[in-house]
Amino acid sequence: MNTTISKIAGLMMLTAALLIGCGESSDDENSNANSQGEKQELTDFEMTHGIGPVDEEITIDEIDPELAKEGMRVFDMKCGACHKLDSRYVGPPLGGIMNARTPAYVMNMILNPEEMLAKHPVAKSIGSEYPTRMTNQQLTREKARAVVEYLAQESR
Amino acid sequence: MRKLLKKSLLWPLAAIAAIGFITMGCSSNGEFGSSSDAAEKVYVAPGEHDEFYGFFSGGYNGQLGVYGLPSGRHIFTIPVFSQAAVNGWGYNEETKPMLQTTDGFIPWGDAHHPELSQTNGETDGRWIFMNENNTPRIARIGLDEFRTQEIIEIPNSAGNHASSFVTPNTEYVTAATRFSIPMDEDNMQNMDVSIDSYKENFQGTISFIKVSDEGHMSIDFQIRMPGFNYDLSHSGKGPSDGWAFFTSYNSEEAHTMLEINASKNDKDYIAAINWEKAAEYAKEGKGKMIPGEHYRNYIDHEEGGIAKSELIEEVRVLDPRELEGIVYFLPTPKSPHGVDVDPTGQYIAAGGKLSTVIPVHSFEKMMTAIENEEFEGEEQGIPVLSYDSILHGEVQNPGLGPLHTEFDNRGNAYTTAFISSEIVKWDVETLEVIDRIDVYYSPGHLMIPGGDSQKPDGKYLVALNKITKDRYLPTGPEMFHSAQLIDISGEKMQLLLDFPTEGEPHYAQGIAAEKVKENQKRFYEIEDNNHPHAAKSEKETRVERDGNEVHVYMTTIRSHFAPDNIEGIKVGDEVYFHVTNLEQDWDVPHGFAMKGANNAELLVMPGETATLKWEPKKEGVFPFYCTDFCSALHQEMQGYVRVSPENSDTQISYSTGQ
Repeated sequence: MNTTISKIAGLMMLTAALLIGCGESSDDENSNANSQGEKQELTDFEMTHGIGPVDEEITIDEIDPELAKEGMRVFDMKCGACHKLDSRYVGPPLGGIMNARTPAYVMNMILNPEEMLAKHPVAKSIGSEYPTRMTNQQLTREKARAVVEYLAQESR
Repeated sequence: MRKLLKKSLLWPLAAIAAIGFITMGCSSNGEFGSSSDAAEKVYVAPGEHDEFYGFFSGGYNGQLGVYGLPSGRHIFTIPVFSQAAVNGWGYNEETKPMLQTTDGFIPWGDAHHPELSQTNGETDGRWIFMNENNTPRIARIGLDEFRTQEIIEIPNSAGNHASSFVTPNTEYVTAATRFSIPMDEDNMQNMDVSIDSYKENFQGTISFIKVSDEGHMSIDFQIRMPGFNYDLSHSGKGPSDGWAFFTSYNSEEAHTMLEINASKNDKDYIAAINWEKAAEYAKEGKGKMIPGEHYRNYIDHEEGGIAKSELIEEVRVLDPRELEGIVYFLPTPKSPHGVDVDPTGQYIAAGGKLSTVIPVHSFEKMMTAIENEEFEGEEQGIPVLSYDSILHGEVQNPGLGPLHTEFDNRGNAYTTAFISSEIVKWDVETLEVIDRIDVYYSPGHLMIPGGDSQKPDGKYLVALNKITKDRYLPTGPEMFHSAQLIDISGEKMQLLLDFPTEGEPHYAQGIAAEKVKENQKRFYEIEDNNHPHAAKSEKETRVERDGNEVHVYMTTIRSHFAPDNIEGIKVGDEVYFHVTNLEQDWDVPHGFAMKGANNAELLVMPGETATLKWEPKKEGVFPFYCTDFCSALHQEMQGYVRVSPENSDTQISYSTGQ
């Protein structure tokens, strides 16, 4: 008799357990992903040329004035609301940027600001000095290349 | 024995408890077996997308509500016929012309029947049309940006209810007069006559609006009709493509106490219109051009994003008394409301709201009856076909007050019964009732995604209920209308979910999300911004005075306005803020609110320009700010305008960051 009742009680417990069943999922996956992101190391190429769609070195020997002119037009429209050449504004001044960074680095910063600000130590460090985070202005690679030509012209 | 007895009493008790817990959950109305099963069917996990978009007319709110199905989540509201302070629709300078009519600017509308564009009888995800009943209009909403792109007014119409239904390749969208009005014999112009001259003077019109490949609407022709009330419509498809069907009531031609006086005849009519033939007549120049002033308002981003209003002065009218073969009346009991064509295009079901049966006409029989001239008579020059010749059959015991029918892809029809608060499932071929389910309460329309097209998705049905009462936490005397999601994939219908809607949805449409979601604009390319007052860079920002008109060419980006300090404005000026959002990122609009503006805010999408008019009445310094929390420094996104007395000599000046 006692066993019968305990079996019945058992079934009721099981029912209760089934009802409560769907517990919370663990946060392990998220925390793993975060710590992996922190640990991930950049390649030498990425350290010099940034992280993003531009995965080969870009060299600028002689300035193409037509391309630089197009770059200025794009810069005014898509970058100029936050960057000036000669002074700090929402973002850092860019008048001499091509003396400090490679063309590929600047293109990756334009084309992939979210990841650059999250992962690249130089971008992270500069970014921390400015309260507003750089936004993605959806330039095409060609437009970003033109902007770099313009900035190279202004850096000389 | 005692032991056995105890066993036999306790075990079933435990088993019932267990089964009961697992299957019943906490169902309140008990009309379905398993609420956990239902919950699973409507559950869309965080970050996941719904399988269908649902587009629900907002009725007297004039807008179009967008819902995810099966979750019932309200995702968006598209402003259409009513001003929307939330984003400046109908308040800002760009969109005001969209609400222009021959009665002037109309800030409100009564939205009824959304209908998705179709290609080969299937929803194609390009546009959704919606009619306005009070000031007869039809809107076209682009599903690339979820915005109203065009609104055309319907002339020679009073109350546009049987609208806006499309033909299978969106050749046309339809409109018809709900209320007949007096029209003179020659030019169909409204007349100053006694209302009791109804039978002598009142007439109706049915309009066919041509839709171009780009979506532009133009009235191809109107058909002069007897002075009945035209209620709903659906186009033929498959074998019946080329025809459209319109219910009418008040064949009694009553003009007062219609609830009694328009309910006397045993049968009213479905008007069967051979639109293909009518279109041929129109193309041949038949009928005549009559005065028919109406506005076509449209807004096109590529053309600058400022709505334009175009006044069209004439329309072509076809008279079925003179042009043979374009209109036939199908006798139909009794004050029919909905008219719905099944996916095969063979059957035409009518919701005779006072009838005890659902009459279903056969298109094939209708064509034979026309050929053999099986007429019962004629009504004001229009042949009336014999009921018995065209009838496929009648659905018996379909519930009380049948209104609307939609179809699945398995040969079943589903009809709402308003008075008995249920949905009745019946077989289109055999006309037998297969299943019925209670809904809460009093359904009007119903919607199955694709359920009025040739390719229904026969998975879900939404009942659009007119009465809410106790379904949600009470909210005073007014409650939002309740929609109910029903699983129709099995033999028995299963109620899954209640969800509230906005305004009063009349009809709704549903479409597989994959047909729409890939085509979404995420921002407007600033380079392609052709707005004449755009400032496409901070270098272009400026303030210009022209008499007492001041134009501010302003830009926004996270997190500042340029310029953000403006002086030289005077009391009595008309100030236009042309705000260009330089952002190029998805879902980063900036708002613009000006203290003392008598209209609304602007909500400017990335890459777009919008204009707010402000007429300062007091001197002082007044702030403006961004209303959309755009960044961590959103609270810093502000500026000041100094307003000087009317006769002061403060010069225009402006700056940013100085």
